[in-house]
Amino acid sequence: MNWSLFIEELGKSQENLLIAFGVSSLSAIASIILGTILGIIVGLALTYGHVINRILARLYTDIIRGVPLFVLIMAIFYIQAASGFGMTAFQAGTLALAIFCASHVAENLRGALQAIPKGQMEAAQSVGLTFLQCFFSVLLPQALRQMLPAWVNTAIEIVKGTTLLSVIGVAELLLATQRVISRTYLSLEFYLFVGLVFYILNFTIEQIGRAVERRLARHG
Amino acid sequence: MDYHFNFAVIWRNWDVLLKGLGLGLYLALAALFIGAIIGLIAAFWSLSPRAWLRIPARVYVSVIRNTPLLVLIFITYFGLPQWGFRLPRTEAMIFTLAIYAGAYLCEAFRSGLVAIPKGLREAGLAVGMTELQIQSSIIVPVMLRNVLPVLSNNFIGLFKDTALAAAIAVPELTFQARKINTETFRVMESWLVASALYIIACYLIAALLRLVERRLAIPGTRQ
Repeated sequence: MNWSLFIEELGKSQENLLIAFGVSSLSAIASIILGTILGIIVGLALTYGHVINRILARLYTDIIRGVPLFVLIMAIFYIQAASGFGMTAFQAGTLALAIFCASHVAENLRGALQAIPKGQMEAAQSVGLTFLQCFFSVLLPQALRQMLPAWVNTAIEIVKGTTLLSVIGVAELLLATQRVISRTYLSLEFYLFVGLVFYILNFTIEQIGRAVERRLARHG
Repeated sequence: MDYHFNFAVIWRNWDVLLKGLGLGLYLALAALFIGAIIGLIAAFWSLSPRAWLRIPARVYVSVIRNTPLLVLIFITYFGLPQWGFRLPRTEAMIFTLAIYAGAYLCEAFRSGLVAIPKGLREAGLAVGMTELQIQSSIIVPVMLRNVLPVLSNNFIGLFKDTALAAAIAVPELTFQARKINTETFRVMESWLVASALYIIACYLIAALLRLVERRLAIPGTRQ
């Protein structure tokens, strides 16, 4: 271990590493937002959809959850390139992360919605609420509260998953660090450094998630 | 889209792909086995009243769960040789995956241990068992049978994580698929077949594990 050399090299490459950190963050944020929106749509189709929609949504979640994220990223990247979509590696990788995120959000939403006792829907309808009114003011608030811990876990998985984009050549934090290593040979120091950066990031997300959870917890 | 499917190259490499799948299963099984031992020790430590056992166990779980597996693999395979700790590819993957699995299993075991009714321990004391006997022949077996569903989900997750072994050139399924992809340019065929193999394997494992779970469940505890 040569920490003084490490600090020196870290200083030299801080700009590249910061840009790469930005790429990782952008990919994570974009895929979490995109994946959550898509996941809510798929989750609703899973829970309330007509037979055909329900089967399609089920196929989507079951297929995506059966394939390793690593394989999904490479499959989407290479297949879109071979079929002439012409996406950049960043776009294809972020899309893959979003597709993965959506399948988890959809399952969590379905579980949360189905855990709400049927009587609530019946009660809401008996006082004259329409399905949409009932959904938005009775079911959804409870479902969101219930799925929050799982959603935070999914977000952490996505942040960790951005490192996988290094294999398709996206210059995110891990790949940028590998480039520094190939120049300096300080592999242990720099890999520990990347690990620490991700740990701090995910630990923060975890703590924020817990704080929000406590805040939203129903009393009694 | 102008793409002509040609699966011939896949059939020619069929045995290599299946061997890769088998290697992935082997990696996951080995990691689960070692990880379960690590996880069990860490679970007891994290529930210990002694801070010097509890704090390291909690830190271990938190650090491993919040760090990307790919980074952990690279630390083991490229970083640790600096300290003279050098493992061949496959062993490095099993080692990393076991440590990774240990953190997740620790959480599962810990909640399993917390959920065990106090009466079991008291019953053990009443018939004159020592603390060690109570833990090893009452608490742990009951806990293991209760957390079996979590264990099998973890195994499926581990099996999918073995795909990352391709990053350090362990010749498992993903590595072989990527090799076919780059050598023959049968892009669609290689990735579609690899994905399909993973999905089928996951569902077969899941079905098999459900049977085992039903066999081993404590009668009257499952709905």
